[in-house]
Amino acid sequence: MKIFVGQGSCGIASGAKKTAVRINEILKEKDLEIPVIPTGCIGICYLEPIVDIYEDDGKMIRYTGVKAEMAQEIIESHVINGKPLKKYMIPEEGEAFLAKQTRIVLENCGIINPEDIEEYIAKGGYTAMEKALKEMSREEICHEITESDLRGRGGGGFLAGRKWNQVREQKDPCKYVVCNADEGDPGAFMDRSVMEGDPHKMLEGMIIAGIATGACEGYIYVRAEYPLAVKRLQKAISDAEQKNFLGENILGTDFSFRIHINLGAGAFVCGEGSALTASIEGKRGMPRVKPPRTVEQGLFGKPTVLNNVETFANVPYIIGNSAEAFKKIGTAGNSGTKAFALTGNVVNTGLIEVPMGTRLKDIIFDIGGGVKDGKGFKAVQIGGPSGGCLTKRHLDLPLDFDSLEKEGAMIGSGGLVVMDEDTCMVSIARFFMDFTQKESCGKCVPCREGTHIMLELLDDITEARAGKDTVNNLLELADTIKNTALCGLGKTAPNPVISTISEFKEEYMAHVVDGVCPAGVCEAYKKIIINEEKCVGCGLCKKVCPVNAISGGSYKKAHVIDNNKCIKCKACLGVCKLDAISIA
Amino acid sequence: MKMNTHKYMTINGEMTPIEGERNILEVIRKAGIELPTFCYHSELSIYGACRMCIVEDEKGNIMTSCSTPPKEGMVIKTNTTRLYKYRRQIIRMLLSSHCRECTTCSKNGECVLQSLAKRFGIDEVRFDKSEKAWKDEYPIDRSSKSIIKNPNKCIHCGDCVRMCAEVQNVGAIDFANRGWNLEVTPAFNDPLADTDCVGCGQCVAVCPTGALNVNNQINEAWEAINDEDLRTIIQVAPAVRVALGEMFGIADADKVMPLMVAALRKLGFDNIYDTSFSADLTVMEESAEFLRKLESGEELPLYTSCCPGWIKYAENRHPELMPLISTCKSPMQMFSSVVKEERKVNKEHMTDLRKPFVVAIMPCTAKKSEAAREEFMTDGEPDTDLVLTTEELGLMIKQAGIDFNELEPEAHDLPFGMYSGAGVIFGVTGGVAEAVIRRLVDDKSHNSFNNISFSGVRGLEGVKEVTVPYKGRDIKIAIVNGLKNVENLIKKIEAKEAEYHFVEVMACPNGCIGGGGQPRSDRDSRRKRSDALYSNDKLAEIRHSAANPFVTRVYKVIVRDDAKRLLHVHY
Repeated sequence: MKIFVGQGSCGIASGAKKTAVRINEILKEKDLEIPVIPTGCIGICYLEPIVDIYEDDGKMIRYTGVKAEMAQEIIESHVINGKPLKKYMIPEEGEAFLAKQTRIVLENCGIINPEDIEEYIAKGGYTAMEKALKEMSREEICHEITESDLRGRGGGGFLAGRKWNQVREQKDPCKYVVCNADEGDPGAFMDRSVMEGDPHKMLEGMIIAGIATGACEGYIYVRAEYPLAVKRLQKAISDAEQKNFLGENILGTDFSFRIHINLGAGAFVCGEGSALTASIEGKRGMPRVKPPRTVEQGLFGKPTVLNNVETFANVPYIIGNSAEAFKKIGTAGNSGTKAFALTGNVVNTGLIEVPMGTRLKDIIFDIGGGVKDGKGFKAVQIGGPSGGCLTKRHLDLPLDFDSLEKEGAMIGSGGLVVMDEDTCMVSIARFFMDFTQKESCGKCVPCREGTHIMLELLDDITEARAGKDTVNNLLELADTIKNTALCGLGKTAPNPVISTISEFKEEYMAHVVDGVCPAGVCEAYKKIIINEEKCVGCGLCKKVCPVNAISGGSYKKAHVIDNNKCIKCKACLGVCKLDAISIA
Repeated sequence: MKMNTHKYMTINGEMTPIEGERNILEVIRKAGIELPTFCYHSELSIYGACRMCIVEDEKGNIMTSCSTPPKEGMVIKTNTTRLYKYRRQIIRMLLSSHCRECTTCSKNGECVLQSLAKRFGIDEVRFDKSEKAWKDEYPIDRSSKSIIKNPNKCIHCGDCVRMCAEVQNVGAIDFANRGWNLEVTPAFNDPLADTDCVGCGQCVAVCPTGALNVNNQINEAWEAINDEDLRTIIQVAPAVRVALGEMFGIADADKVMPLMVAALRKLGFDNIYDTSFSADLTVMEESAEFLRKLESGEELPLYTSCCPGWIKYAENRHPELMPLISTCKSPMQMFSSVVKEERKVNKEHMTDLRKPFVVAIMPCTAKKSEAAREEFMTDGEPDTDLVLTTEELGLMIKQAGIDFNELEPEAHDLPFGMYSGAGVIFGVTGGVAEAVIRRLVDDKSHNSFNNISFSGVRGLEGVKEVTVPYKGRDIKIAIVNGLKNVENLIKKIEAKEAEYHFVEVMACPNGCIGGGGQPRSDRDSRRKRSDALYSNDKLAEIRHSAANPFVTRVYKVIVRDDAKRLLHVHY
């Protein structure tokens, strides 16, 4: 018997460490020698902490939401008395959540101990690397990756194999493989889960990239805000070195490869290729103009393969199982799977991996279990601050690079934020614009100045100051920034605004023209109402109002509020003893 | 039809040859279209931040021309409706957070933002949202004697940052913060004076707005002129005479000197002398020092000491080289010491015994800091009382309403206005070395001197090497300008990959003609300035320093046996 306790960041945040400690204590008390093993996130983050009990015959029972105080009951019933405890087992929708996925990248996450290289090897790990090293030529590896139609999972969707091949063809003897693990989109955590749950998979992918291109060193640029991922990567690298999967003369061949970890200091723009390499070089993380491209002159001016975590994590599967096998998953030209971080107003939040081309509807309603609290579906923000919103009319849209591009959205790194009918789209656009303008490096004028002006115009709308031309001004600025900004961050910064205006123009106009926030979110449009029936004219509200917006009121005669004067401080609501004041 | 081997690209429908240009911006400008830019300088790396130089290809893709290499068959347009619209939007964006108090700005009339706003017909402030930048939120840094930094007027083009790091290898300023809070500042927001800034003013020379300025001291000059108790003495550096004319639209740079003298008199200065005179003194002293070191076998090379930017750089980065730097004061400081000493030792022969006030007109901003160094104080007062740049002098002439172009040429005052051709070429890279070589060669004929000019000592390259025979041995001379080139040369010498007896150093690109106090220049205008200096030299009656009769007299009457105090310095 073995017990696995999910200890990705999400599990730990839900108290998995305490649960694991408690389980160990109980086992010790009962003198039971059963290993308690940490594992990564399996994706059902909302059901953490998750405890999997494996029987010796391989049968597994999964318990969810296991707080430390529940451990005793589970151990006594299941482990000691052999009676699995139904009431704490994974609920049906949790099973469904997992069953409807196709897992390549996340296949081992939440299943194996990420800190034990033997477990990865037992799952077939590092065989693809050995195959690439001993049985394939560089050209063949690049060809296989190109054939597989693997496209960069970081946002751009550029064919990984083509990139590798371009680096392979460079004459320079010194080349680099760089892994972009600077996942910074609000609400995206796919790469973190891979690094925490199965770090060897991406290392193997990087080593294969090194073999294919003739690079001798690799760098992982990972954000310092991912301490657990960093710790597990460090362990994985040193274990791989011990096994001679990394280091000098790997597996007795003349191929040598080392991997270094570089910590990012939290700048979103460092996810952009040239800013990322500049940051590794110790310079200020600012994108540079291209050409030269990264494949020609990347890190330290040398030819560089730059892919993200998820892209590299797909590589062992392709080399191990062939491009043909990979292409059977997904749609034409968009093969394989895509991991999405499903968050927002959705019943089941967490990490999922589905074939490319899965319909939006299937993700939100089948896997995600629909919108929370039975509310209506309004939109989903895809691709984070660089992406756009998809609405009801997109529910049948297959999620892949090409279909989304046609709709003016992008997969980005794979964040999916579900929004219900009570969401104000202007506020959403404002949220993302606030994010990008803060994260702009400030180098080019359109991004530095333009996004800031856009934010101020959005503020004007949400704070009820906007004029008739505000929406047009927004669109004009968006057009300029999209076409003239220097890097991808700037060029895509206006996307949330453009897509919310094109999908929800009437909502913008309701703010600007009618003076109403239809979703009732924007404070400035709220009105304080005094119920004439209930108000007895006691004068309390009038007394506390700091701007003298409340007048009238005498014995049994209701007060009157002037909403133009009112600053929505809500002081009156607090003092009214008769519940006569409300907000609408 | 003859086959042409040129590659061509099409700009606005016209075929234009590609002749080795780095980028299509250069091809476009060659075709006579002045695309607007804030952040493009041919001497600096390509930055691509201002986005003004955008062009559109036949597929409607928009790209910055500065960062796109030209390719055979490329088809681009520079003035489509979209491009025009975007450029206007970019200017509006810049204006949204930029100070608009143009009338009181130091760059009023010379500001690139102002002129592009005018050129693109921006007649309204569409986005006046930014409550911040133009309300003087950032404190003005007046700590440096040379440069005033006003972050409120910065448009973040990064020209200064790249100039300081790439050309000057100083890196005193860089970007800090992100997004809209981006700022160009020294590390930890230190005052400029506390950094490695050498005061060369090259950042000011490339700044398109009023964010970086020369410390303007015109008012002090007016006060001195109008102070009846002061005898105001002008010394004009060699490089000033060949650049000042540009401010008045005069094409013949070599003809400006006599007009400048006339203007200086009209401004009310009492004595109009020339720093070229003390450059002759420098040649005498430096040659002597060099020959002494050469013959006694002391450690060489001897580094020149005229350039205060270089001195500061060596102090900051290469203190180990200080003993190798010539002990000669710079020509400016020699001049001030000698002129002030005259009043002490030669009183009976002088008519004007008022307190001397030396105003140095320099192409240089670092000279302002040099003049304030404590090594150059006598009895608590600076030897050089005031340093004005070429541009400040030009402004004074304009303020005074002097019609420069209508002036009658006038000559300098004597004795300190007499100089040799060797003294005047100090203003260009290679000049000091050439002057020293003239001192070393035995044949002092015109022909001999003309031949030296072909030895490799002339030319605007960053680094040059010359070998001169002297008493049966080869004297190896290096001539270097731009501190990045200097750093590379020092590394080469340290690594023993090169060995020299004499190294002439000038901090600014192309020497003093490209100084930070000069009017805005490019490679072409600096070449004109250089040519004009050599032409002034060729026309000089005296061409080597020892032949300057007043040099001999100054040694006899003023310097006497006190050369160490008057003409030398230890930093």
